[in-house]
Amino acid sequence: MYKEYETVIGLEVHVELATKTKIFCGCSTAFGAAPNTQTCPVCTGMPGSLPVLNKQVLEYAIAVGLATNCDITRYAKFDRKNYFYPDNPQNYQISQLYLPICRNGGVEIETAQGGKKIVGIHEIHMEEDAGKLIHDEWEDCSLVDYNRSGVPLIEIVSEPDMRNAEEVIAYLEKLRLVIQYLGASDCKLQEGSMRADVNLSVREVGAEAFGTRTEMKNLNSFKAITRAIEGETERQIDLMEAGESVVQETRRWDDTKGESYAMRSKEDAQDYRYFPDPDLTPISVSEEMLQEIRARQPEFRTEKMARYREEFDIPDYDIDIITGEKPLADLFEAAVALGAQPKKVSNWIMGETLRLMKEREVDASDLRFSPENLAKLIALTDTKQINSSVAKEVFEVMFEENVDPERYVDEKGLKTVNDEGALKKTIEEVIAANPQSVEDYRNGKEKAIGFLVGQTMKAMKGKADPGAVNQMLKELLQK
Amino acid sequence: MANIISDETIEYVGILAKLELSDEEKEQAKSDMGRMLDYIDKLGELDTTDVEPMSHVFRVENVFREDVVTNGDERERLLSNAPQEKDGMFVVPRTFE
Repeated sequence: MYKEYETVIGLEVHVELATKTKIFCGCSTAFGAAPNTQTCPVCTGMPGSLPVLNKQVLEYAIAVGLATNCDITRYAKFDRKNYFYPDNPQNYQISQLYLPICRNGGVEIETAQGGKKIVGIHEIHMEEDAGKLIHDEWEDCSLVDYNRSGVPLIEIVSEPDMRNAEEVIAYLEKLRLVIQYLGASDCKLQEGSMRADVNLSVREVGAEAFGTRTEMKNLNSFKAITRAIEGETERQIDLMEAGESVVQETRRWDDTKGESYAMRSKEDAQDYRYFPDPDLTPISVSEEMLQEIRARQPEFRTEKMARYREEFDIPDYDIDIITGEKPLADLFEAAVALGAQPKKVSNWIMGETLRLMKEREVDASDLRFSPENLAKLIALTDTKQINSSVAKEVFEVMFEENVDPERYVDEKGLKTVNDEGALKKTIEEVIAANPQSVEDYRNGKEKAIGFLVGQTMKAMKGKADPGAVNQMLKELLQK
Repeated sequence: MANIISDETIEYVGILAKLELSDEEKEQAKSDMGRMLDYIDKLGELDTTDVEPMSHVFRVENVFREDVVTNGDERERLLSNAPQEKDGMFVVPRTFE
């Protein structure tokens, strides 16, 4: 008889916070600057420099903790984690071991079977990111850029409560949405502003004790996470079936090869010799500070979904998609606030916006057009100043360049011709030029009118209202 | 000396600190470390039941800065300390994970 196995998964999720400056110094965190141009003595570990905590980091960490039902540690500290690596110029990373800022929380996820379960959060701590190493293949050396050194991170450590890849993805989605709604980070796996390390072990179904776990790194998409979980589960089961034991180690997932390999050699002792950082003062979280942060908490997704259902006449499916990305929800609400009809705004988001986002691989957070311009475009169609195909054309330009649709339509002369005389003249010409279709229509082939509408639109260079064309055609054909 | 440091311990501490010690230096380090631990043991004689662990020498808390950029580009000064540089970056021996 085959043994049945169960996978046990816990996650360590690093999230880069959306602060303007680093965690302990006034260097910019802006992305894409030339190497080492955003550094100072603090974030490059110069002797004698003194770190000072960025208050916004603390506030974001507490806000995430409150949103994930954690206890906030009222007296917290920073500790030094000692290790040597060129990306870490101080030879220690400032992190929190003994008194992390948030502990003992959890979030609810939906399981594949449609049930609900709580994934526990062991702790959330604040820490600094390391620099970036670039491998120079030509000269067989490595180059170090310290712009990222000192960028604030929170690390969210879950309990080993997940049992398969679906639950892991559901948990990550939940965290991503909570943090995105808070504005604490954009949480992009691909760009590394959210990074997940997977701790995984396998045990026989029914066993009490956990098996030996491995930690997997370098997972930068949901697909990679799913594949890595499946691959590692299989590898550990194979080892156990062969009577071998799983070694506790850190493994790096290679998504192109679809396999993982051990990262650190054994002689690299993992002994971080943590101790309290004497350069940073302890943190005492006052009741007032907690109240302030609590009062600033935004409307989260579940509440937003409920409100949309109440306030707007749009399908649940649309609500699900729109609230599933904070920037889409912001766009929707802003355009509606400007007077656009909710259903129409929703249609533009669900239709053309999502289509172009997918086609051009644009993230919701990188959308360029403003809600003002979307509202103007909707107003232009509402008042029949442009027809729907022109509107789509204008929208594509807006999507790329955020043009003002009113001005664009004027400049390009795209307004619908509402001159009845001109329209009538064109239709008469079309009727005269297409006797076969006219005859078909008169003989009861109603569909023939579509061709005539098309011909008229073409003659009008698309600048007519198809409804009006249709109507006038029918009138003229009945004569 | 109450604390005797074994060869294995000094070897391990050497690896952690990335130090290569000669046999003579190892012996010296073993005795230094033993004496340091003896001193720490002396502190252990004190009754600290009601004493809060201290991590900062001054009684200060909550020293924060606002999230405002105050530093500019000091790359040239930074790299003036680099033994070797390339393309605005520090050159280090090849490292890989």
